Amino acid sequence: MSGSDRPVLDGSSDGTSQCASARVQAPIGRRLLTVAGMDELGAYRVLRLSDPSGPRPQPGQFSMLTAAERWGGGEDDRPHVPRAFSVARWQDGEAHYLLEDVGPGTHRLCELRGGDEVWVLGPLGRGFTAPAEDQRAILVGGGVGIAPLAILQDTFGDHADTQGTVALLGFRDGAHTRGASLLRGAQVATDDGSVGHHGLVTDLLVRELDETPRAIVYACGPAPMLEATRAICGARDVPAQLALESGMACGFGACFGCVVPLRDGSYLRVCLDGPVIDAARLERVDAHAGAPA
Amino acid sequence: MSVSFCGLQLAHPVINASGTFDLLAANTAFGESLRERFPFAAFVSKTITLEPRKGNPPPRLWEAPAGLLNSIGLPNKGLQGYLANDLPAISELLGKVRAQPPVPLITNVMGSTAAEIAQLLNACEQREEISAVELNVSCPNVKTGLDIGADPVQLEVVVREVRPHLSKPLIVKLTPNTADVAACALAAQEGGADAISLINTLRAMAPGGGSPKPWLGGGTGGLSGPAIRPVALAQVAAAARRVSIPVVGMGGVQSAKHAQDLLDVGATLVAVGTESFRDPSAGSRIAHELSGAAETPANATPDHPGASTLLNLK
Ligand SMILES: Cc1cc2nc3c(=O)[nH]c(=O)nc-3n(C[C@H](O)[C@H](O)[C@H](O)COP(=O)(O)OP(=O)(O)OC[C@H]3O[C@@H](n4cnc5c(N)ncnc54)[C@H](O)[C@@H]3O)c2cc1C
Ligand SMILES: Cc1cc2nc3c(=O)[nH]c(=O)nc-3n(C[C@H](O)[C@H](O)[C@H](O)COP(=O)(O)O)c2cc1C
Ligand code: FES
Repeated sequence: MSGSDRPVLDGSSDGTSQCASARVQAPIGRRLLTVAGMDELGAYRVLRLSDPSGPRPQPGQFSMLTAAERWGGGEDDRPHVPRAFSVARWQDGEAHYLLEDVGPGTHRLCELRGGDEVWVLGPLGRGFTAPAEDQRAILVGGGVGIAPLAILQDTFGDHADTQGTVALLGFRDGAHTRGASLLRGAQVATDDGSVGHHGLVTDLLVRELDETPRAIVYACGPAPMLEATRAICGARDVPAQLALESGMACGFGACFGCVVPLRDGSYLRVCLDGPVIDAARLERVDAHAGAPA
Repeated sequence: MSVSFCGLQLAHPVINASGTFDLLAANTAFGESLRERFPFAAFVSKTITLEPRKGNPPPRLWEAPAGLLNSIGLPNKGLQGYLANDLPAISELLGKVRAQPPVPLITNVMGSTAAEIAQLLNACEQREEISAVELNVSCPNVKTGLDIGADPVQLEVVVREVRPHLSKPLIVKLTPNTADVAACALAAQEGGADAISLINTLRAMAPGGGSPKPWLGGGTGGLSGPAIRPVALAQVAAAARRVSIPVVGMGGVQSAKHAQDLLDVGATLVAVGTESFRDPSAGSRIAHELSGAAETPANATPDHPGASTLLNLK
């Protein structure tokens, strides 16, 4: 199965072979940006950074963020290196990031308030590629992994209307489902049944694929969700683009720390040749390669 | 600020530490801006071995207090892959970098026997794109299991044996995981090295979080970043006192102050590693601050480097 009928996305890092449309290059060097606001969204926060002159990212691209003050000295004297976050929205000269406090780095970023400063390196990585004219895009998100799907949905515009794009989002519980408001018209599933479908978001995916086999799936979320998505799509020969996660130190291919194994036995740098990758290239989604559950 | 190092003319004394900056990847990520504002006065490749290596299984990174622990496992395409694919691309890219004098390429190699190293040096000797070679001796000897660079006697024998295979400058990158780094520095010089570089990462381990199996896929890893800076200063000082050849100092450098500290104890060049992960233009920031140390704001720290960080550096 070829992942999609879009241009071939070669995973090589040798520069020229990348599909240009999926990557916008970052200026070398981090830039100091001001926090325009920090909004509460149930269990999540939305960090809005004023970035009027930064390059417009492609959906699925991410940035490395570092709080300008008190980055370090947290739990276990961390963080030290920056943290990776998907761009969730790009509008009115602001970049939006959806944050979940899961450790010292995200905790520090969640504390920021308007006027505080953040070092930003980005946009980085290879993002999603557009669906073909006649493909119905199905967006599958889990937890904080819904972030890149919001900006993806924003860019669909007319395509969404003609092909009836659908967003399926899974969350742990009610407090987390507030995140669903980042996307338009999302169907929600919760683990505890408090909102929407009681069960897995991939149950909703199976239902959609039964109705529309001519689809392309865009997914981001915890590793088990991505793995289920890969298996479901693989069995039906439906192309799927998965936005992976991995522990990163640099975000621009320098450290070789963020690798995940590919079907062909080689390793892929998630930050450089991902984070979005064609599901067909994976034997399975590595346990380390998903978003926090 | 321009510096002469083993016959190479460099624009300033700041280069990258091997394995911490992938030129081709950076070109993919940053494009034109990399060539416009190249961060280093010379470019050092990651370690190349005779045979291709996949590297260690993930997870490969553990964030340590004020630093980083890695068990990357030296992934590389092997000598043939490097010579056929990467070297022409790297050399073409360096040719496009807007810098004067041009940025030379230093290729870092590692082998587990003198014969292997000789083969690597022979290949580097033949390629004019390569200006100098850095020999990573943090490699276990296949017979003893001991790192070649950890024992001064063994190190001197190996360097002497391979030296005739390279007429270009040979930099021996010492291991810090040894009893007496100054003795190793002297051994490298006696064997015929033109320069030494140090420090490589310190062997360290991340806890398994309740399991006896350590976190890193490779078991132990190498510690880098600010956590090792005082160790680096001590080892660079000790080595520089013992040898008469130039020394490349590295380990936790984040600012011009840290670079100057290494230069003060006898280093000729300073290499930036882990700090480039936090900011890929750290090298140019540090070089710039070094050249105008007097203008650097007194309150500058790595996270508040003052206005100079934001300047475009040439
Ligand atoms: C491309 C990409 C996009 C992302 N997008 C988003 C996003 O939009 N929103 C969002 O909230 N998150 C996102 N993430 C995840 C986010 O980067 C992590 O949650 C964040 O790095 C966690 O940092 P922390 O310091 O808060 O917690 P940490 O404690 O660093 O991370 C939690 C996990 O890291 C591991 N860990 C614990 N200690 C260490 C240690 N010392 N060294 C290494 N690992 C350790 C454990 O597995 C733990 O579960 C993204 C990640 C990637 C790679
Ligand atoms: C992720 C990573 C990869 C490295 N790879 C290599 C390598 O391939 N060859 C080598 O000689 N040193 C390698 N090093 C060691 C660095 O070149 C340097 O000696 C060390 O990190 C200390 O400098 P720093 O504290 O500024 O990072 C690596 C270090 C890191 C952090
Ligand atoms: S995070 Fe450093 S190579 Fe991907």
